Order: sequence, then structure tokens, then C-alpha cells
Amino acid sequence: MLILKKSDIVPSEITPREVYDDRREFIKAAGFGLVAGAAIGAGFIPKNAQAAAPRQKISGYIKTPYGSDEKPTSYEDVTTYNNYYEFGTSKSDPAIESQLFKPRPWTISIEGQVKRAKTLTIDELMKIAPLEERIYRMRCVEAWSMVIPWIGLPMAQLIKWAEPTGNAKYVEFISASDTQTMTGVRLPVLDWPYVEGLRLDEAMNQLTILAVGLYGEVLPNQNGAPMRLVTPWKYGFKGAKAIVKIRFTETMPKTAWMKAGPSEYGFYANVNPAVDHPRWSQATERRIGGGLFTPRIKTQMFNGYADQVGQMYAGLDLHKNF
Amino acid sequence: MPSKQHITWMKVGIFIAGLYPLLRLIFLGVTDHLTANPIEFVERSTGTWALVILMVTLSMTPIKLLTGIAWPIQFRRMMGLFMFFYACLHIVTYAWLDHSLVWVDIVKDIYKHPYVLVGFSAFVLSIPLAITSNKAMIKRLKGNWKKLHQAVYAIAILGVLHYWWLVKKDLTEPILFALVLAILLGTRIYYNYCKSIHNGQNVNMKVETIS
Repeated sequence: MLILKKSDIVPSEITPREVYDDRREFIKAAGFGLVAGAAIGAGFIPKNAQAAAPRQKISGYIKTPYGSDEKPTSYEDVTTYNNYYEFGTSKSDPAIESQLFKPRPWTISIEGQVKRAKTLTIDELMKIAPLEERIYRMRCVEAWSMVIPWIGLPMAQLIKWAEPTGNAKYVEFISASDTQTMTGVRLPVLDWPYVEGLRLDEAMNQLTILAVGLYGEVLPNQNGAPMRLVTPWKYGFKGAKAIVKIRFTETMPKTAWMKAGPSEYGFYANVNPAVDHPRWSQATERRIGGGLFTPRIKTQMFNGYADQVGQMYAGLDLHKNF
Repeated sequence: MPSKQHITWMKVGIFIAGLYPLLRLIFLGVTDHLTANPIEFVERSTGTWALVILMVTLSMTPIKLLTGIAWPIQFRRMMGLFMFFYACLHIVTYAWLDHSLVWVDIVKDIYKHPYVLVGFSAFVLSIPLAITSNKAMIKRLKGNWKKLHQAVYAIAILGVLHYWWLVKKDLTEPILFALVLAILLGTRIYYNYCKSIHNGQNVNMKVETIS
């Protein structure tokens, strides 16, 4: 179909932008409007088969050993199977509905208990420290998982840069909530804007990154462009997308999912096969990319990152602090 | 009322329509379009279709009550069996594809999680209905057949509850099913109520004065 294959030359680099856009519009209108439209209407092609946006490479990031033994989930699956309620509650919605979203120009406000409270552009923020590639497992609270080669800024670097005061105990992440471009925000599915939070030590953990890319390319809109949080030992919903504010606070932030279902979603949301979601089991997971007969795999404590994060929770009752 | 021949053709048409969800899944499977999570897709699809067909099945009586058109009731049993067919595919997907027939896990899942329990109960309840959905059984069970098949109301309520409880946050679709079911059951309750107060009177006459 119209999916652009991964290549070194991105079409937008050769063709003038306006011409390229017009051409895309034309192809879209003619190509899928007529042919695929009918097929989609009849239900023979799922809507997610047509996500295509210009792709841009990121240059000059550091490769790291994180996850080098893992087999990444396909780019196609990573970018068409998304939970991003700001663009709709179906997994195929974000890839389609986020096409008009503009991740640039973008500013992020660093505020609260920090010496350097400041609003940065996304490009300034990306220059605070070298970007790193981190191949991480991602475990969704819905019991499926992926392996994603992220590119991001270690959160600890941003924290060092911002210089939190002694009062800073938590970090709150606030996502964009623009009713113009984010169709899902028009419905009160969650208490918008999306809010997530970490304890300061969790935010400082070596695993925590602010991702700006995946698969060597600029982060696609449906994955949280221009910048989203990645904490691989926690359930995927902790990964706030399209972050506009990072606030250092004294008190524990009230996250969007805690507000939506306090008995089902806790502040920590650490991956834990021994603590079930009240409505479904967390003991096993389905790795995305398998076929109809691929069995589930066992979920690991802290999603397999116990060595790096376990010590932060010593003495904490993980059944209560889920 | 359509002729007997027309009814036969309509039954053929409904049979083919009833196969659409299955053919669609096969087509999507063959063309590799079952999304990134094919098992979940098949599980959701068969479950949704079972519910949709159940709602259609349950709307034959309200159609008769509201319009006086009674002949579509002849299609009801076939539709009910299609609902059971997709419920079977749903259960097979759940037990085999999703849980690799690991019975310990499946049993645990059923008793530990209310949404699984109500869904499973709905399926179990529908088994005797499917078994007795033939002319011989109707004759044999006589008046009891109707009583037995009233279990379909419980199946429908459990089915909608199953969907309601499994949804993570966006309740739009479960609410739609619940609304449809409320209208379908409400119509029946309303007419039964009218019948009980105007005992002996023609219920259809009563409707005309109201509408």
C-alpha cells in the first residue's frame, strides 16, 4: 500500500515540501479515497494499514548495550498498534488521527522546585546531553508487550541540568491536550491533560529516558512526538506522550489513570506478575509480532529490569503500592 | 406476508450474511491484516459479532410487537444458532489461541476474574439452547421449550456485562449494547405489562392508540 519503506533518503528531503505535501494529498485522495476506501468500508482492510507520514533520520546518537540481545518489534507494529487516547481509544486510531498533529515548533516548560525553571524548545532540550539508543521491552498493563529501539535523552541529565531544590520529591509530566488537533481530547475519556509522575529517584534512574525517536528516526506522532517518557520497568501508560511540562513537586502527583480508576491504577505501576490488575491477570503477556499460534510468555518482575531498579523499592509493600 | 418461497430465499440470504464475519476474518488472515495483535483481534471480533447477532435475534419479537409484522420470527432460530457459532469461535480463540489450552490458567482466569466468569456463564447457558434448537426438540419439550429459551435474556445481560467489565476505559460500545438491550427487553416488559392490565384486550390495538 502507501507505506513508505525504510530507506536512507526520505522523500521530503529531495522534493520541495509543498510539492511533496500536495502530492501526498493527491495520492491520498486518489489512491485510498477510491480503492482502499471501499475496502475499508467493507471491513476488509483494517484502518491501521495506511499510516504514512514523512520519516526523518536522527543523526549522532550513541548506541548503548541496553537490549542489544533483544529482537525489536517491527516498525510497522510499533507505529500502528498504540494506546494514545488523545487520538482515540482504538489501537489503530493514533496512527491515523495524529497525522495533522504538529510536533514542531514545540516548547517544554521545566518548572516547580528547580533552580533552573525555564521554557526550552524541543531542539534545545535535545542538546542538553548526547542522545542514546536504548532497546527496551515495553509491557502494557493490558498484558501485551513489545521491544522498541528508542532514542532519547537520559532523564537524569535533564534533572542535573535543571538542578532540583531540596524540596523536590517527585516529577510530574504533563502532556499536550489540544482539542484542535487531538480528536480524542474532545471526549471526557480521561481527565485531560494526561498527567504522569515519578518519584525523583525513579526519574533519576539510569533506565529513565525522554524519548525523541525510535528506529533511528524522529519519533512518529502516534508514539508521542516530539518527546515522551519511557520507564521500561513500569506499565506502558506511565510513558506520558507529547510532554509540554515537567514539574518538580514536593507532593505525589495525581496521575490521569489514578484519577480514572484508583483501585486499578496506582502511582507506581511497576510491572509485577504477582500483582494482578483487579480485572485481569498480569502473570503472562503476549509479545506483539507473533502469529495466531504463538503462545504467551511469562511476565518478569519489573519487566526484567529488577537488577537496575529493584533496590529503589526495598521495603515497599508492592501489593499496596501497585 | 411473503410467500413460503420468499421466506426460503430470505433464509438463504441470512445464512450467507451470517457467514460474513467468518469470511472477513479468513480474508484478513490470509492477507495478513489481522493487526499487530491477531489473537486479540479475532477474540474481539468473534465476541462482538456474537453480541451483535444476539441483539438482532432478540429484536424479532419487538418488531412484531411494534409493527405487527410477525414473519421475521421464522429467522430467529437460525440467528440464535449463528450467535452460538460465533460464541463457540470466541471461546475456542480464548482457550486455544489465547491460553494455549493450559487448563489450570483457564480455570483460574474464569473464577478469579468476573468479566471472564460472566462471559463463560453466558456461553454455558447458551449450550442447552443450541442443542434444543431443532424441530424434534421443540415438539418433545412442548411448553418447556419456550421456558428454557427464555434463558436467552440472561445470556444477553451476561454478554453485555462481560463486554462492559473487560473494557479498560472507553465504555462507548458496551453502553451502546446495553442501550439496545434495554430497548429490546423494555419493549417486551412494557407489552407484558399492558397485557396484564388489559387482560383479554388486543394488545396491538392498544399500541395504535398510544403511538
